[in-house]
Amino acid sequence: MTQVLTKYDKYVTAFQSLERSQAAREPQWVRDIRQRALSRFSELGFPTARRGNENWKYTNVGPVANANFEYAFGASRDGEKAIELRGIAPWGQDWVNLVFLNGRYSEVLSTKPSSAYAARVTNLADAFLRDGEVLEKHLARHATFDDDGFTALNTSFLRDGAFIHIPEGESVQAPIHLIFIATGSDRPSASHPRTLIVTGKHSKATIIESYIALSPAPYFNNAVTEIVVGDQAQIEHYRLLLDNTEAFHIGTSQVYQGQDSKFTSTIFAKGAALGRNNIHVLLDAPGSSCVLNGLYMTSGTQHMDNYINIDHAKPHAFSRLNYKGILDGKSRAVFGGIVVVRPGAIKTDARQSDKNLLLSRDAEVNSKPSLLIFADDVKCGHGATAGHIDGDSIFYMRSRGLDIDTASRLLIYGFAREIIDTVQVEPLRVYLEKLFLGALPSFKLLFGERA
Amino acid sequence: MNKVQERSQEVLAIRNLHVSVGEAEIIKGLNLTVNPGEVHAIMGPNGSGKSTLVNALAGKPQYVVTKGEVLYEGMNLLAMLPEVRAREGVFLAFQYPLELPGVRTWQFLKSAVDAVRTHRSLKELSVREFDRLLTEKIKIAEIDSELTKRSLNEGFSGGEKKRNEILQMLVLDPKLALLDETDSGLDIDALKIVAQGVNQFRGPSKAIVLVTHYQRILNYITPDYVHVLMEGRIVKTGGRELALELEEKGYDWIREASGVARE
Amino acid sequence: MTQSNAVTTKKVISRTSGIQESDYRWGFVTDVEADVAPKGLNEDIVRLISHKKGEPQWMLEWRLKAYRHWLKLNAEEPKWANIHYPAIDYQDIHYYSAPVSKAGPQSMDAVDPELVEAFNKLGIPLQEQKRLAGVAVDAVFDSVSVATTYQETLEKQGIIFCSMSEAIKKHPELVRKYLGSVVPYSDNFFATLNSAVFSDGSFAYIPPGVRCPIELMTYFRINQADSGQFERTLIIADKGSYVSYLEGCTAPMRKSHQLHAAVVELIALDNAEIKYSTLQNWYPGDKEGKGGVYNFVTKRGKALGKSSKISWTQVETGSAITWKYPSVILQGDNSVGEFYSVALVNHYQQADTGTKMTHIGKNTRSTIVAKGISAGHGNNTYRGLVKIMPSADNARNFTQCDSLLIGDKCGAHTVPYIEVRNPTASMAHEATTSKVNDDQLFYLQQRGIAFDEANYMIINGFCRGIFKELPFEFAMEASQLLRVSLEGTVG
Repeated sequence: MTQVLTKYDKYVTAFQSLERSQAAREPQWVRDIRQRALSRFSELGFPTARRGNENWKYTNVGPVANANFEYAFGASRDGEKAIELRGIAPWGQDWVNLVFLNGRYSEVLSTKPSSAYAARVTNLADAFLRDGEVLEKHLARHATFDDDGFTALNTSFLRDGAFIHIPEGESVQAPIHLIFIATGSDRPSASHPRTLIVTGKHSKATIIESYIALSPAPYFNNAVTEIVVGDQAQIEHYRLLLDNTEAFHIGTSQVYQGQDSKFTSTIFAKGAALGRNNIHVLLDAPGSSCVLNGLYMTSGTQHMDNYINIDHAKPHAFSRLNYKGILDGKSRAVFGGIVVVRPGAIKTDARQSDKNLLLSRDAEVNSKPSLLIFADDVKCGHGATAGHIDGDSIFYMRSRGLDIDTASRLLIYGFAREIIDTVQVEPLRVYLEKLFLGALPSFKLLFGERA
Repeated sequence: MNKVQERSQEVLAIRNLHVSVGEAEIIKGLNLTVNPGEVHAIMGPNGSGKSTLVNALAGKPQYVVTKGEVLYEGMNLLAMLPEVRAREGVFLAFQYPLELPGVRTWQFLKSAVDAVRTHRSLKELSVREFDRLLTEKIKIAEIDSELTKRSLNEGFSGGEKKRNEILQMLVLDPKLALLDETDSGLDIDALKIVAQGVNQFRGPSKAIVLVTHYQRILNYITPDYVHVLMEGRIVKTGGRELALELEEKGYDWIREASGVARE
Repeated sequence: MTQSNAVTTKKVISRTSGIQESDYRWGFVTDVEADVAPKGLNEDIVRLISHKKGEPQWMLEWRLKAYRHWLKLNAEEPKWANIHYPAIDYQDIHYYSAPVSKAGPQSMDAVDPELVEAFNKLGIPLQEQKRLAGVAVDAVFDSVSVATTYQETLEKQGIIFCSMSEAIKKHPELVRKYLGSVVPYSDNFFATLNSAVFSDGSFAYIPPGVRCPIELMTYFRINQADSGQFERTLIIADKGSYVSYLEGCTAPMRKSHQLHAAVVELIALDNAEIKYSTLQNWYPGDKEGKGGVYNFVTKRGKALGKSSKISWTQVETGSAITWKYPSVILQGDNSVGEFYSVALVNHYQQADTGTKMTHIGKNTRSTIVAKGISAGHGNNTYRGLVKIMPSADNARNFTQCDSLLIGDKCGAHTVPYIEVRNPTASMAHEATTSKVNDDQLFYLQQRGIAFDEANYMIINGFCRGIFKELPFEFAMEASQLLRVSLEGTVG
């Protein structure tokens, strides 16, 4: 019998070799999930913008599908010790850091909390052995892979990543920082980091995920995070996409919210040749609320796609979405926002806004903020804008003596600041201010304006 | 006589000015001379060109000067970029001050003061010096100092925005202040505060051009001259009493007397 | 010319529709002898239609080209719209049905009295002495135009207003130049079908510098059971001209669905303006969702000349399914496109409607105001695209979409697509969804206004901005339609 070679065979081969070498220590249920995910991925493949696939209408993942990424799980870890975290990532004196190199946990670089620490913060491989019960209940239960090829692929390679468990009633003061570092290698590598965050009733925590590159070499980051926000819990989540400009980054956050819970997500995206930020929030209980903020700044030929789905499944839930983009060069930004209000989800209060600043003739914005509403007693709205810096605002500042360049920088920064100012963690905000302020694109005079 | 006045007696000399916005000519041959220490009120019906005049003087890009000249302290004002006009001492208090989200008032004002001082070959103010200056002027403009920590004009009430314009004028310390209906939309208390700020600013070396729709503000800021602007030209000039007469009789009598056709 | 093998049969249409329901007062059936083609679609049917209409060879060839393209689409309708319906059997439809008349009516007196009566009942008198003041009407019954009023008055000014069939014969140079120039035969599934089998429709040409003194109106009426209606409308406003065009539609109540797939093309040359208003009141089906018209319509205008303007206003209260996106291609510099819409769904109606504004020229402006009202089990989707091309310096768009929900079984959806490829452009989109404001309701009730009436007043107010874009009589009619369509939805 001749075996039919499909284009996904390389993934199957990588899967099998890992399964042989690593699987023995892992529980059977994990191996089952991986196996199911792999067969689902083989069926689904990577998404295409073919007819009817509205979720990928403006983003072509062909470059990811066609590239020959090597799964870097077993890559050499020489030089690990030489990495100085403080120089490459936001840093806080009291933060708990878990570091992953090419998707694999680095014991050397991480600072796990002591046993007296209120929460459990560890790597998944460790958690498989010691936190089986919580894991089995939640892992891959929220980020399902039935209809999403990237999540299916991530789940096929689900072996390492982060596990955070905040027990009921615990309030964790210091932020927990998960740092995913692509070290770079001769051959383009792929990693599929996985994070599970489970927070108990009345708990409180701040979690930061940073994705960082140490070299300009191309790689593929396919990260999936599952977050369970317990009843009355308050969780702040930050995600920094600071990949290099050759990278492909597909990031998915799947959030489940309990009663009266509060979830805040803030995304900062600056890197990646092709970036996709998926956030899916399921407001599955009355009184739950989420605030999703995002700031992305692109230049060159970067492509950044934010796809945010807020699912109001139960009554009396609240959601706010506020995304902003600054586009320069020939870059392209895509925004797809969906607010769904399911039948019976009355007293829903939802509002989404996507604003884009275009700084160059060749930049492009595609925005699709949808509302799908099946309940009557609701208050929903959305707004989207795209355009250049306002000429009247520039004139106002010039009439106070500022030159065009300074005026436009202040305005662009002012545009970005609305998102940066929402950051509650002081060292992180300072880091972001520097990062974004230092990289503001220069202003160019465009059609219709005279010096 | 000081040195500036030696160079030129007038702060502002406008000769046969024509200004167009888009296809339409709004200012059609306007002449006006303003000397140091003087306050000129410009009144006129809606659409007569009052706002166009002050915006053109400040250099707003959409306002195109097609003819005529404007000398500011003997210099060709029209050749200067808007920011250079500001640094030379021309200040426009906007009729509708813009909201600049994310741009903090404090930071904005500090940058502006630094730009103006650098232009005048003065050294930049330290944060402490600037704070002292700001605190002093805030008292005059009677602004809640918390406002300076917020985004410029964002969420400010109408009165707060106008007082913020006066604050900026006091901080930047120009020579020529162009006030574009700074009195409109103010209640009597706010109006008094604005007038108080302007009177504080008034002085032998300063010149003020005050565009207004109502003579009410002239009860608090006594003008040296009142001009009536119609159809893009100054058609009548008088003293304080002219404003009162306008309030009583409207504009039609001037229209008739000066032969300006009704649109 | 190739002869067709298909033949038509004459039959009298039954007077009973099989449904007794008083809510839809346009639901009567007219007894007229009709010339009906057999059910089904094939090349012979296309040839038959062309032959029946005595068309020139070039027209037949265009139809056949469209038909052959349609075959390649394998009956695969567009799938992206938020509508659900059982598969349409395209072989179970009559593609041609015309009231029998010896030859085309030479004068109004020669028009079948049954037809005149039918239009009278619809409030569209065709007789000379009774015709609507200030409105020239082209009355389309099933597949053909039966009468056009005021033709002479218009001719004096050089305005051509006639049926499409007549235009193909009398003004082939204009038809050949512009037909398919805005909506090509390959544009989409339904437009392709229409291009192959369109039966009639209206044609208007306004010569340079002429301001059309009266409103032009086409009234569409589906009568025949199981018949599809495929009209084609083409309006050309030459340089510096102006025309206001109205369109009304009704159909009898029938248990089975009827397919309506029309194409409208508008062309505005330099400084010309076309204002196109629609009251769409096809039979919406009954309370259980049985019957009703499937309305798949392609409407598009090309603001070709500089400073030209095309404005669409629609009030959509009818049809079981509405799939319709009146659009404007803003090609000329400084051209303007507008879309004003009220779409109401009740019972089991589904509407997926909106617009496409494609900015190509410099300083082009577009405005979109869409109001959706959902009641019963209805689902209403606004779907709109604003596309700003790299060439469109200083383009401006403003979009406002508001949805009202009445009851908890309906749906209101807003799906805008925004594509901006020029930084000097500015576009802003705003949308809201809510139910009727309780405080407003209470305020009106407190002033003694009954609950139902208060609801109607608020909803009517919600639509007022759109209604005011309509010519006066149409606006009154629209208000009435709203009231009738809303009956029994509240309280």
